[in-house]
Amino acid sequence: MSVVANNPPDQNDPTVRAAQEERLRAVWSPPRGLFLRWTDTNNNAVGIWYTLTAFGMMLFAGVLALIMRTQLAVPENDLVSASTYNQLFTLHGSMMMFLFAVPMFEAVSVLILPQLLGARDLPFPRLSAFGYWSFLIGGVFVAGSIFFDAAPDGGWFMYPPLSTEPSTAGIGADIWMLGLSFIEVSSIAAAVELIVGVLKCRPPGMRLNLMPLYAWYILVVAAMILFAFPPLIAGDLLFEMERLLDWPFFDAKRGGDSLLWQHLFWIFGHPEVYIIFLPSIAIFAMVIPTFAQRHLLGYPWIVLAAVGTGFLSFGLWVHHMFATGLPNISLGFFSAASEAVVIPTAVQIFAFIATLWAGRVVWSTPMLYGAGSLAIFVIGGLTGVMVAVAPFDWQAHDTYFIVAHLHYVLIGGSVIPLFAGLYYYWPLVTAKKLSDRLGRIAFWMMFVGFNLGFFPMHISGLMGMPRRVYTYSEALGVGTLNFMSTLGAYLFAAGVAVVVVDLCLSPWRQRVQRNPWNAGTLEWLEFSQQENWGVRSVPLIESRYPLWDQHDFVRQVDEGRYFLPDAEEGYRELMITSVLDASPLQVARIGGPSPIPVIAAIVLGGVFILTTFHFYWAALASGLAALVVFLWWLWTGTGIIPEKTEKHAGLGIVLPLYASGPASSGWWAMFITMIGDATALAGLIFGYFFYWTVHADFPPDPLPGQTGPGLYWPMVALALILAGWVLTIAARETNARGRVWFARVALAVAAAVTGTGGLAGLAGPWRTGLDPTLHVYPAIVWILVIWIAAHAALGAIMQLFVLARSLAGRMTPVYDGDVRNITVYEHFLALSALITFLVIGFFPRLA
Amino acid sequence: MIHRLYKLAKRLKSSLWRLIVPPTIWALHFLFSYVYAAVRCAKSGSAEVIVDIRTGIAVATVVALLLVAASGYIAWAQSRIHGDLPPYQDSTDEDRLRFLAVSTLLLAGLSFVAILFTALPAFLFEDCT
Repeated sequence: MSVVANNPPDQNDPTVRAAQEERLRAVWSPPRGLFLRWTDTNNNAVGIWYTLTAFGMMLFAGVLALIMRTQLAVPENDLVSASTYNQLFTLHGSMMMFLFAVPMFEAVSVLILPQLLGARDLPFPRLSAFGYWSFLIGGVFVAGSIFFDAAPDGGWFMYPPLSTEPSTAGIGADIWMLGLSFIEVSSIAAAVELIVGVLKCRPPGMRLNLMPLYAWYILVVAAMILFAFPPLIAGDLLFEMERLLDWPFFDAKRGGDSLLWQHLFWIFGHPEVYIIFLPSIAIFAMVIPTFAQRHLLGYPWIVLAAVGTGFLSFGLWVHHMFATGLPNISLGFFSAASEAVVIPTAVQIFAFIATLWAGRVVWSTPMLYGAGSLAIFVIGGLTGVMVAVAPFDWQAHDTYFIVAHLHYVLIGGSVIPLFAGLYYYWPLVTAKKLSDRLGRIAFWMMFVGFNLGFFPMHISGLMGMPRRVYTYSEALGVGTLNFMSTLGAYLFAAGVAVVVVDLCLSPWRQRVQRNPWNAGTLEWLEFSQQENWGVRSVPLIESRYPLWDQHDFVRQVDEGRYFLPDAEEGYRELMITSVLDASPLQVARIGGPSPIPVIAAIVLGGVFILTTFHFYWAALASGLAALVVFLWWLWTGTGIIPEKTEKHAGLGIVLPLYASGPASSGWWAMFITMIGDATALAGLIFGYFFYWTVHADFPPDPLPGQTGPGLYWPMVALALILAGWVLTIAARETNARGRVWFARVALAVAAAVTGTGGLAGLAGPWRTGLDPTLHVYPAIVWILVIWIAAHAALGAIMQLFVLARSLAGRMTPVYDGDVRNITVYEHFLALSALITFLVIGFFPRLA
Repeated sequence: MIHRLYKLAKRLKSSLWRLIVPPTIWALHFLFSYVYAAVRCAKSGSAEVIVDIRTGIAVATVVALLLVAASGYIAWAQSRIHGDLPPYQDSTDEDRLRFLAVSTLLLAGLSFVAILFTALPAFLFEDCT
């Protein structure tokens, strides 16, 4: 039934506009009440919680650093024990990386990306809320461990074998591994959300060449997360299997290799540096044009820098492993790539400098932070060029020279730009400016404190002071340098404290007018926090700086003269546009406040936390509860059939209310998630071939317990899973042609064969008696088939879910998003099974 | 001949996928160089395989450079389409295409240099150690 009104509303009539605003306000109103307010999913609320939590984590990890600096102030100090010191530096590094830098990028993006894109929210607001709650639970779990003397103490990279051996590493290692794995899941959720947000939720007219540069950087960073985090998740899986079940992945005595962990960790760990650096630089790309009062110069050059850095950063990981005895020729490749990444990094800095040169610079507080951070970052970059040269690195490895280098890079490239962003965007979020006076005082304290603290470390490092050792001898002659470092650290911390004071004073300050910096980009349309709806109407974009360039732009947006000025049906709505040209495709209805994200985070968190303490049955129960909650979430919140097919979206265009397949945001979310999933499997397959490359006894001699899995069961499993894949495609096609019953039968059979296929995969190593504790070969075969079996089980659940949707009338030949989405999953499952079973079936015969 | 190639290159449309072709070629070349050298070094003696490694990487480098150059050439041809005036930052088909083409061309330049960087070690080292 189509009830599309033929006469568009008269935006010249103030009473029409007031009625529209009333409806928008009602639809977007946040939940109230002591408990219910935490069920909010709007990006304004979740973004603020996220940012504050990440900021709190930074302060906590900063205090840990101060305790370390106090311990190191004088030689042979005994303020903390060696064991406490190990926990301090491990938690400091892990928290700054996993609980501050990455979540802070996600938090800031959740908060401001919709505004930058003139969107009312992100495409999956409940997913953002779920990500936040996962981060909070995992973060408190990991950070809190230090109060029980149970914090991880193996360094932020957790190198085995010391960290896998229960006698040398206590429960802290499990807390690190499982707590942070949980947070990695939420990072991947954020990556999916942000990629779909940037590609599909731009306002009409905002083609790729008009996208704010922040969005370009976020797109690159989110894509990097998809390829960087999954290898670490694969590594975490191997690590925990070794710790909990004694599967010898990293145990050299049984064919394992601790270097595999280093590879998997640093395939994540090096891109990670750029994952936290690029979003901060992205803030610059917004701040600099505003204070140069002109367009940014060299837009395609910045895109080159972002994309180029994103790629090259994956060719650097071995430069963290220069001292591990790999062949020199291998080191050479990574050394070369480490030098090459300087090119795109420098290009963007030159583009910023050129913009400032060409503009009339307003020396505001955010600009001061920006300029200071560039100076610090360039110094860190230059020492980076030094340590990228392997022979130099061998001298500096594991000394304070490296500590100095990485802090110059990370504080200059990530932390201080965030302070620039804080001073710049605070008025956007709170409608209050922070104090310029306090901001400048804090800046100089931080800048001087930072250099006083970290510059001497270059020298103490070259004099031979090792990292991660709780004290040093007076005879080393680094006492004075260390004392300077400690003074600098306190001065830096005092600067941060001044910022905190400034933030606390903010509620008593006067409100500022809208767009106080006279910026040109879309986010400044926002009336800080007065309305929850984001923009009054979704604008038509014709310029990179619409507030500067488009005539009468703000008034037209405010009077609802663009798209979606109303919420006449009482739903939260979003424009979905095309990837390249942002042509309007659909009006999507998105989820509102719901307790599901919190509950989902709690039960999923339960799986990880209970496993840490070896409560396996409780963990299993929590896992089943998580499955139920996720199905409930999907059943009630996704693929809802609209009450009419299309609606007026404003400016005379009519858009559909439902989309499926590549036109929909859900299809893209599935596709992107599965790329991350496939990367994790690639990490495990890499492990298989890594063992073969470096060990002559892989596969081992044909002794009982280490011979298998044969060819029969892997091929049966492969055939069944491929049959499930073909049947799912058949279900999609027959359903679309209206032969609904055929599709239902196909789905039921598909679920049966897919599930059985997973079991057949397990039968291979089981029937041949592969013993995973005997040698690494049976262990890696087992882990691969378990991976596929778990995915096949999930595939079967999806097929049954879609069958139930069809039977319940929630999926029809027209509204068929569900079956199209799970077909994407099935494509990846088929590919994963093909690669895995061919490898484990045939490779032992060839090798 | 060249003119026909130019016209052909102009017809292919730039897209977000084409944008990442040059750096993807770099990534594949990098991965090949690293894996090939690592496996050859691990599986046989150090001095005798260096000739193989050099040959393999030389071939891979030439192929990768040709592909990157082709991708850059296509992008360059597309960046020269006629249309509205500089500075090419309007919401039009021409400007969006030109932007993607220029960005692809720049990435091709970066990838070209990065591939040369990656190839160098194979010709500087005498053996695997």
